[in-house]
Amino acid sequence: MKIHPSDILDQADALRWKLPQNVDDRIAEALYGTAADLASRNTTKSGGSFRATWQRQLDRILTGRFTGLLAMLAIFSTVLWITISGANVPSAMIADLLVGTIPPLLHRAAEAAGLFPWLSGLLIDGVYLATAWVISVMLPPMAIFFPLFTILEDFGYLPRVAFNLDRAFQKVGAHGKQALTMSMGLGCNAAGVIACRIIDSPRERLIAILTNNFSLCNGRWPTQILIATVFIGTLVPGAFSGVLAAACVMGVACLGFALTFASSWVLSRTVLRGEASTFSLELPPYRPPSILRTLYTSLIDRTLFVLWRAVIFAAPAGAVIWLVSNVHFADQSLAYWAITALNPLAWVMGLTGVILLAYIIAIPANEIIIPTVLMLTVQYAGLSGMGDGAGVMFDTDGHALRTILEAGGWSVLTAVCLMLFSLAHNPCSTTIYTIYKETGSWKWATVATAMPLAVGFVLCSSVALVWRILAAG
Amino acid sequence: MSACGDSGCGTCGTAAPGGAGWERRGFRITSFDSVVALAGNPNTGKSTVFNHLTGLHQHTGNWPGKTISRADGAFEFHGTRYRLVDLPGTYSLLSASPDEEVARDFILFGRPDVTVVVVDATALERNLNLALQIFQITRRAVIALNLMDEAAAHGVRVDDRGLARDLGVPVVPMAARKGEGIDALVATIDAVRRGDIVCNPKAFHFPVPGLEESVASLARDLAGLYPGLPQARWVALRLLQGDGRIREALRSGDFELLAGPVGPNQPSPEPAA
Repeated sequence: MKIHPSDILDQADALRWKLPQNVDDRIAEALYGTAADLASRNTTKSGGSFRATWQRQLDRILTGRFTGLLAMLAIFSTVLWITISGANVPSAMIADLLVGTIPPLLHRAAEAAGLFPWLSGLLIDGVYLATAWVISVMLPPMAIFFPLFTILEDFGYLPRVAFNLDRAFQKVGAHGKQALTMSMGLGCNAAGVIACRIIDSPRERLIAILTNNFSLCNGRWPTQILIATVFIGTLVPGAFSGVLAAACVMGVACLGFALTFASSWVLSRTVLRGEASTFSLELPPYRPPSILRTLYTSLIDRTLFVLWRAVIFAAPAGAVIWLVSNVHFADQSLAYWAITALNPLAWVMGLTGVILLAYIIAIPANEIIIPTVLMLTVQYAGLSGMGDGAGVMFDTDGHALRTILEAGGWSVLTAVCLMLFSLAHNPCSTTIYTIYKETGSWKWATVATAMPLAVGFVLCSSVALVWRILAAG
Repeated sequence: MSACGDSGCGTCGTAAPGGAGWERRGFRITSFDSVVALAGNPNTGKSTVFNHLTGLHQHTGNWPGKTISRADGAFEFHGTRYRLVDLPGTYSLLSASPDEEVARDFILFGRPDVTVVVVDATALERNLNLALQIFQITRRAVIALNLMDEAAAHGVRVDDRGLARDLGVPVVPMAARKGEGIDALVATIDAVRRGDIVCNPKAFHFPVPGLEESVASLARDLAGLYPGLPQARWVALRLLQGDGRIREALRSGDFELLAGPVGPNQPSPEPAA
């Protein structure tokens, strides 16, 4: 007699009814029993260990109700402060070389080679300069920030962050594991969105995906650090400027957490209603980070990866910037028309038209926002040509950036609003596409794009309004 | 060939002696002779072992759940090209969460020639629970007893030879972060693949009245339908537990793929129950 798969299924069903109801539990119990027996038979423990004791003590502080929160603030602020005070000098040196010294040489070489002026403009003032800006602006902070962050991760601190935030996530009706995906978002939002797969409930997973963008990503940390250093740190005497800048960046990052909680709360009370599910989170032991490996992986995996991505997107963006600044329509460049059109909206938000245009051009990567702003400002504000002039604008204090931006009409308000808008605006195109792939729906990808934009608009406009009222009064 | 019985430890050893002769092959995974799966609990160092073997740089970090989908890499040992698959970490294979399904489906349907179970020496009990479940699906398994350095720092000593004897599969003590034990692991994987080490993983009996008979009878029918199905007993058990994925696989004919002729690189079928 030939057996069919359906016969086997029928037989399985028939046999199943004869088994006791708790058969799953009993099998699981038996497995655990055997594993426990095997483990105890082959393990010998020698006395109490010093390590286990101090790990317990450390956990008492790092995951305590209040001490945990304080420690979290202290640790992340310290990391930011080290980054900010360490990145200043090398940033200025690299900018001096790449943006100051090299472009005139390139122009001279292009002239000698008899290149068309428009071609050398496109290649040198567009593609090369955008790339050079990206490297000089982003490399030093990344080379300091990522290794520090990786050491924390290696040590075992990130799951503690998740543990500390778990209760808060439960309260807003989201999944506790969202703390982990949010932490992943601190590295890269696209990765954070993919990480949301660890959340089983579709409702909670969607909340985690839609709100992930409020975690400052690799591409935005340098922007925050740079603007805070140049515009806000300089408001106080030198000794305190690093501390103030770090505190500001920390404040923006914390505002991001607050926005995550707030938007999760709203979503779970409106379109994505439901109960929060429970889960168990394992706190791994603290492990001494292996410094050399950390340095290697964070330099290769993160720093160079992010930098490479920035360079890939910067080169074509540079070409686009050069084109919109040099292709004319009715006597004015395209950039002029776009910026003029965007200016009123930008004014309401405390920004400038240049910044909004930069955010449109730089949709592929947040990494190139600052370089794009700089190049557009230089082209639009008609500062002396990027070639020879750029070198003059750079002094070794690294204030060149400020000089350019102030020429573009920036004030401290612009800096504050840019930091807020950098936190709350649409995700980069990679992340938007990842959200589409993960949710399988353009509708949710659109929501994920529009929601932070709306939040950013409200946030920036309110700050600008209050600021102007206070300044006038 | 000798089975790893209570007295067979001289021949099978806890692990094959280590030595050079292996080469990292990074992403070159298109042509390979054998497939090795890396399974284990979350945060036991699977990705670290993976990186050491392949020379790739999967992101590693001290927190559970880093590897969400599987990662592929390659290495070579004495002319045999291995494809290495890093599976997401799971505590068990019994529930149906997406990461557990990725791991389970690969061990079941991907038919790896050898499955390496990375085990955290500081949390043996919880880790062995998963190992026992994996032994029900595949017989060609190697235990990578990782984090031995940390266990020592905690004042815990694990008897790797005793463990190998009790489990019936080779056990390689390791400290993967320092690169210790990697050579021995490669040699052991190769020895298991060639059949120089024959695994005889601990048979598991179910202390539930009537279950053993039901499993045996169902497994017999499965073996009749798909001669050579290597995991008939496990499939039978899962059917009795009402596992939707396995029922679906049976209906759609996925098991016919598994039940093909048993080649030299395939796990030998379980002895009839």
